[in-house]
Amino acid sequence: MNRPTITKYNRPEHIRDYPTGTNYQAGHLVDKNAGWRTFRPVIDKETCVNCLVCYLVCPDGVIFKSEDKVDIDYDFCKGCGVCANECNVDAIKMEKEVK
Amino acid sequence: MSNTTAAKPKKINAKNITDKEYFYGHKACAGCGGSLAVRLALKVIGENSYSVLPAGCMSAVGFIYPQMAFNSNACISMFPGASSMASGVAAGNKALGRKDTHAVVFAGDGGTADIGLQALSGTIDRDDKVIYICYDNEAYMNTGIQKSGLTPYGTKTTTTPAGDNLPGTLTEKKNLFEIIAAHGIKYAATASIGYPRDFMNKIQKAKEVDGTSYIHVYASCPTGWGSATEKSVETAKEAVDCGLWFLAEYENEEFKLNKNPKEFKPVKDYLSNQGRFKHLGEEDLDRIIANRDKKWEKMRKNWIK
Amino acid sequence: MSQKKVFVSGDEAVALGARLARPHVVAAYPITPQTIVVERISEMVEDGSFNTEFMHVESEHSAISAVMGASAVGARTFTATSSQGLAYMAEGLHYASGGRFPVVMMNANRSLALPWSIFGDLRDSLSLLDSGWIQVYVENAQEALDMTIQAYKIAEHKNVLTPFMVNLDGFILTHTYEEIHLPEQEKVDQFLPAFETPNKMSPEEPKNLGFSTSPEDNMEFKYQQHKAMMDSMEIIKQTDKEFGELFGRYYHDVLEEYKTEDAKAVLITVGSVTGTARVVVDLMREQGKKVGLIKLRYLRPFPKEELKEAVKHAEVIGVLDKDISFGYEGTIYTNVRSVLSELSGIRSVNFVGGMGGRDISKTDIGYMFDSMLNPQTTEKQKNVEFINMGVLTDE
Repeated sequence: MNRPTITKYNRPEHIRDYPTGTNYQAGHLVDKNAGWRTFRPVIDKETCVNCLVCYLVCPDGVIFKSEDKVDIDYDFCKGCGVCANECNVDAIKMEKEVK
Repeated sequence: MSNTTAAKPKKINAKNITDKEYFYGHKACAGCGGSLAVRLALKVIGENSYSVLPAGCMSAVGFIYPQMAFNSNACISMFPGASSMASGVAAGNKALGRKDTHAVVFAGDGGTADIGLQALSGTIDRDDKVIYICYDNEAYMNTGIQKSGLTPYGTKTTTTPAGDNLPGTLTEKKNLFEIIAAHGIKYAATASIGYPRDFMNKIQKAKEVDGTSYIHVYASCPTGWGSATEKSVETAKEAVDCGLWFLAEYENEEFKLNKNPKEFKPVKDYLSNQGRFKHLGEEDLDRIIANRDKKWEKMRKNWIK
Repeated sequence: MSQKKVFVSGDEAVALGARLARPHVVAAYPITPQTIVVERISEMVEDGSFNTEFMHVESEHSAISAVMGASAVGARTFTATSSQGLAYMAEGLHYASGGRFPVVMMNANRSLALPWSIFGDLRDSLSLLDSGWIQVYVENAQEALDMTIQAYKIAEHKNVLTPFMVNLDGFILTHTYEEIHLPEQEKVDQFLPAFETPNKMSPEEPKNLGFSTSPEDNMEFKYQQHKAMMDSMEIIKQTDKEFGELFGRYYHDVLEEYKTEDAKAVLITVGSVTGTARVVVDLMREQGKKVGLIKLRYLRPFPKEELKEAVKHAEVIGVLDKDISFGYEGTIYTNVRSVLSELSGIRSVNFVGGMGGRDISKTDIGYMFDSMLNPQTTEKQKNVEFINMGVLTDE
């Protein structure tokens, strides 16, 4: 598993459901960041040359290498636009998020 | 302590770096430079990292129970105690016989140059096996943009407001890189998220040091700088290209300038893209440029062989 | 019992106890009167008899921070400090207890500036009584060594996982010499199991430690901390018994009663002054005075039920505090008085003395008992009395 995914979180019901002390499993995610977006990046796979710059510079690491060059984990993309700005061949466009 | 080997080590790039993400699902602002620095550093350091973070942006956004954004071992320390806790982690792992572990600190400029300086100095003095990474966004951002020891002259922050009487911060940025180098540390370097490959390769060098190493990475903060989120990486590159930040290393007790631009891009362009500098007048700009030139004269004279 | 006899100071006894406990990491900063502890440990590291990672930290804050870092990867740790150093670590004490890191620390009780004083009183540890650490106060060098070992067994117990402070009176105990028995290493290894905890980072199970909680979850962690400290009482008693069985020395776990069965006036003491008080009790008993003594060993967790049981037949309780919580009364007195509020008909007096190294003599203790046995009229009887003041006051 290259990156953590959302786990279903059941709120503790008894005190023993809490960990002993402030320790918890590494890479445990219960909450998406998708709701932060106003714009979402869309990659034009034809134009994309698979240089991997977008993959490198994403502050959240949501762009990943896939069978079709690169893809985006929209659960955790915040729509910052760094990928679109840094793409050297203009393959990424920021489109208004439709709720 | 030399890091050179007979064969030149392979350069790290997007193709050969691990696909695994070690800092994921965090609540940093969109476009956060600091989070990019943490993400890339952990990709280089890998599975055996034990990250220690003091109070600051990266710890605040990464460990909100039960959302744990570090996909490897990580612990929050007291604000002044990141370096000392990391030293303890290194000592503990050593005593327990664990091989190839890396204690890594991710601390902000405030947590390093101000409140954390004593502990960092102690770690270097003991040469504990710690990779200390300072992500520099030039203010106490987590608490709402207050001036730190690494806030440059003329910056508008909430504790150094710019108005009719004062131009923002009155003091110059501390020469933290040189202060660390003066300890005789085995390896120190400056970097920028605007030059991510250079940053990652410096992290790789730090990883190979048997002792303390220090990387000072310039990390833009769109929220605190009043700049566009999408320009985060570009801004961090511009800082280097206009000479207000520099890429250098300290190794084998010698300074080395990595990038020496023939011509600087205009400082004015870099500053005008950020809300925190919008109030600056001609005099302030001249002063900033003069100080830049003074520093570069010294670096060009002494840090180039 | 083939325990070797050695002639050592309180500080040296602690260093020997620490070595026997085999901590993986020791990080400490020198401060009078704890310095001998770190010096002896350094010597033992140098001669190879103490196999530990000794860190020369650059401040006490870094000392507590470093041992927490080591504990956070599953290592057993030790540190030591005193007064100013303890206060500098203050943030770290709360951090360690909330973080459930069972670090063991020796504290040389010393006066807190200002005024500056290197001599002893209990202000330092008592000002941090609420920081969530188990606190024991020892009477002599033998107890100091024994408690340093017991500390690990109690602190690291899976139902406890709470940091532990072993307190020694500065100079009076840290620097005076007595003959003690040195437990055998093999027996200590038997007594102390390896340190296990879920609260750690490891290669097998990566974790995120030291996180933040929202208002929705914070109190639950605090509740757990409190419960663990309350549950530790049982472990403390168990450990005292087990230690006694293995090494031949029992300490009456949370408090020790001396001639209290038919005592009218009972004095409660903490630390090394107990030794002097015992002598005075014997002298006064010879004169036919019905006096008794309670040595309070643990101040946290506070042995409320045990104390209630021990005092219930007395007419008057005196508490000797080498401390004052400015603006109110001695801290130990406040803790004791809350227990007495559940009993009726018992008078109590707080004697504040021995601060900044002021000596407490047999005469002083005799005075305390006499004033308890012969109370003055209600107007003149003070609740809080500073004893052995060198000057007259307007009071």
